[in-house]
Amino acid sequence: MAAVPEFPDSAEPPQLGPPGAGPAVRVRGLRMAYGTHEVLSGVDFDVRQGEVVCLLGPNGAGKTTTIEVLEGFRLPSAGSVEVLGVDPARGDDAWRARIGVVLQSWRDHPRWTPRRLLGYLGGYYEPYSTPERTHPWEVEDLLSTVGLTEEADRKIATLSGGRRRRLDVAVGLIGRPELLFLDEPTAGFDPQARRDFHDLVHRLSDLEGTSILLTTHDLGEAERLADRILILTDGRIVAHGSAAALTRQVAGTSEVRWVRDGEQFVHATDEIVPFVRRLLEQHGDELTDLEVRRADLEDTYIAMVQRFESRPQRHLAEVAR
Amino acid sequence: MSASRQAVRQGLRRGWTEFVQSLRSPQDQGFYLFIGVVTLAVLWFNRDNEVGETGLLYPTFALPSILGGLLTFGLVIGPGYSLAMEREDGTLLRHKALPHGMEGYVTGQLTLQSLTLLPSLLVVLVPSLLLFDGVMPGGAGSWLAVLGLIVLGMLATMPWGMVLGSVVPGVQKMGTWGMLPVLLITAISGIVVPIQAMWGWVQAVAQVFPVYWIGLGLRSAFLPPEAVVGELGDSWRTGPMLLVLGAWAVAGLVVAPRVLRRMARRQSGSTVEAARETALQWVR
Repeated sequence: MAAVPEFPDSAEPPQLGPPGAGPAVRVRGLRMAYGTHEVLSGVDFDVRQGEVVCLLGPNGAGKTTTIEVLEGFRLPSAGSVEVLGVDPARGDDAWRARIGVVLQSWRDHPRWTPRRLLGYLGGYYEPYSTPERTHPWEVEDLLSTVGLTEEADRKIATLSGGRRRRLDVAVGLIGRPELLFLDEPTAGFDPQARRDFHDLVHRLSDLEGTSILLTTHDLGEAERLADRILILTDGRIVAHGSAAALTRQVAGTSEVRWVRDGEQFVHATDEIVPFVRRLLEQHGDELTDLEVRRADLEDTYIAMVQRFESRPQRHLAEVAR
Repeated sequence: MSASRQAVRQGLRRGWTEFVQSLRSPQDQGFYLFIGVVTLAVLWFNRDNEVGETGLLYPTFALPSILGGLLTFGLVIGPGYSLAMEREDGTLLRHKALPHGMEGYVTGQLTLQSLTLLPSLLVVLVPSLLLFDGVMPGGAGSWLAVLGLIVLGMLATMPWGMVLGSVVPGVQKMGTWGMLPVLLITAISGIVVPIQAMWGWVQAVAQVFPVYWIGLGLRSAFLPPEAVVGELGDSWRTGPMLLVLGAWAVAGLVVAPRVLRRMARRQSGSTVEAARETALQWVR
C-alpha cells in the first residue's frame, strides 16, 4: 500500500483547555477484527482539546467501530486508545460523566416528553457538578439551544424524525460533556435542521470549549464543521488535514473538457495553463467548447477512497483515469 | 450524595414516571381490561361448580391460584419484554452512556414491574370480591401472609424475567422463548385446573417451577383448613414452599446481575442498528 500522504495543517485551531493538557483523544495502532475480517487495520489520530474533528469515509469504512471503541462500548483487538487520558475499556463512571454520546435513537421513551426525559437523564450528572463546571445542563436552556422549546411537552412518539434527532443531540449534551461523540448526527435532517445543527456545533466548540469527534459521509458537512478532517477508508486513515489543505493536495489534478468537430474530449492534467495553451495552438477555431474544472474536496475524497479502497477497485479506478 | 445512590434515586423516579405513563396509556389500560375480563369470565361461568372433595365453589378455590399465576406471568414476561424491547430501541444504550446508568436502569425496571403488579392483580381481585360470595375468606392475618408471599414470589420470579429479557435474541423471539414456556408451565401448575388432573410426571415437572408453589402458598393463606384435601399429599407443605421459592430467589439474585452485566457489555450503537434492521425485516 502506498505511503499515507501527510498534509501539513496550516490553519491549526488555537489550543483550548488548560495549557499542557494532553489531547482529548489519542489513538495509536487501533485494530479491530471480527474473526478473519479486519475492520480497522491500524488507525492513528489525535483530537486536541476544543477541536472539532470529522471522521469521513464511505459506508463500512469503520467509522462507527472507531467511535464505539472510543465511547468504551466495544473492545479493540489491538492498539492503544486514550480518551480524556483514560483507556475507555477501563473508564469508570466519573470518566463517563465527562463525555457525551449522541446516539441514533429509534423509538425509545415514546411516552416521555423531551423536558421530562432531559430532566431525568440530567439527574445522573448532578453528583459530578463542580463550581467550575456545573452539571447537568439546565433543561430549559438546553431545549432552546437545540431548538426544541415548542415541542418540550409533546410526547416523543409524536415528534418528527428531525425533531427526534435534535432531542438525541440534547441528550448527548445534557451532562455538559468536555468531549462529545456524534455518529452520523445529521442523517435524516432537512436542510434547515442541518444548518441549525452546524451552528450548534460551532457554538459548542467556541463557547463551551467542547472537543467534538463526529462521523459523516457528507463532505459538505465535514468541510463546514471540522477544524480537521480524517479520511477513513478500508480500515485506515488515508489522509488528514483541514478541508483547504486536503483540497490543495489534489488541486493539481484538474479536468479539461473540450469539443472538437462535435466530438467530446476529456483530459486530466496537473498543468492546466500549458495544456490549454497547447490545445488552443493545435486546434484553434476547431474548438467549439472548452471547460476547465479544478478538483474540489469531493474529487479529492472520491479519488482517495478509490485509491485506497479494495485492490480490484483501485485497479479499475486507475484504468478509468 | 454518592453518585451510585443518586442513580438509584433516578431509577425510582424513572420507574414511577413509567408507571404513571402506563396507567394513562389506552394501550396498557386495554391490556388490564383484557386480563380482567377474561379471568372474570372463567370464574363466572364456573361460579356454581364445586371443586373435587373440597366442597368449595370454583371462584373461591381458583382465585388465589389465579392471582399467583398473574403474578408469575407478569413478573417474568413483563421485565422480559421490557428488557428485550429496550435493548433494541436504544433505551439501554442511553443508560450505558450515563454515569451509573445501568444501576439506574435496573432500579427503574424493578420499580416499574413491582408497581405494575398492583393494577394487574387489583383488576381481577376487586371485581371478584364484588361478584362472588365467599372468595378470599381469610382475615387480616391471611392478607398479611399474602403480602409476604407476594414479596417472596416477586423475588423468586422477577430476576428470571430480567434474565429472560437479557438472553432472548430479540423482541420478536419473545413469543417462542418467553410466552410459550411460561404459559406452558403456568398451565400445568394448578392455576386454572387443579394439579391432580395432570399425569404424574407433569406434576413432577410443575413442582420444579415457582408458579405452582406461589399458587399453593396463596391457597394456603386464603382457603379454609379443610380445603387442604384438594392438595397433593393432603398438605399445604408450607416448609417446602418457602424452601423452593427461596431457592429460586437466591439463584435468581446470583444469576441475574451477571447475565445483565454481560448483556450490557455487548450493547452498542451497532447492536441497536442491527435490531432496527431486523425489525424492518420481519419475514426472512
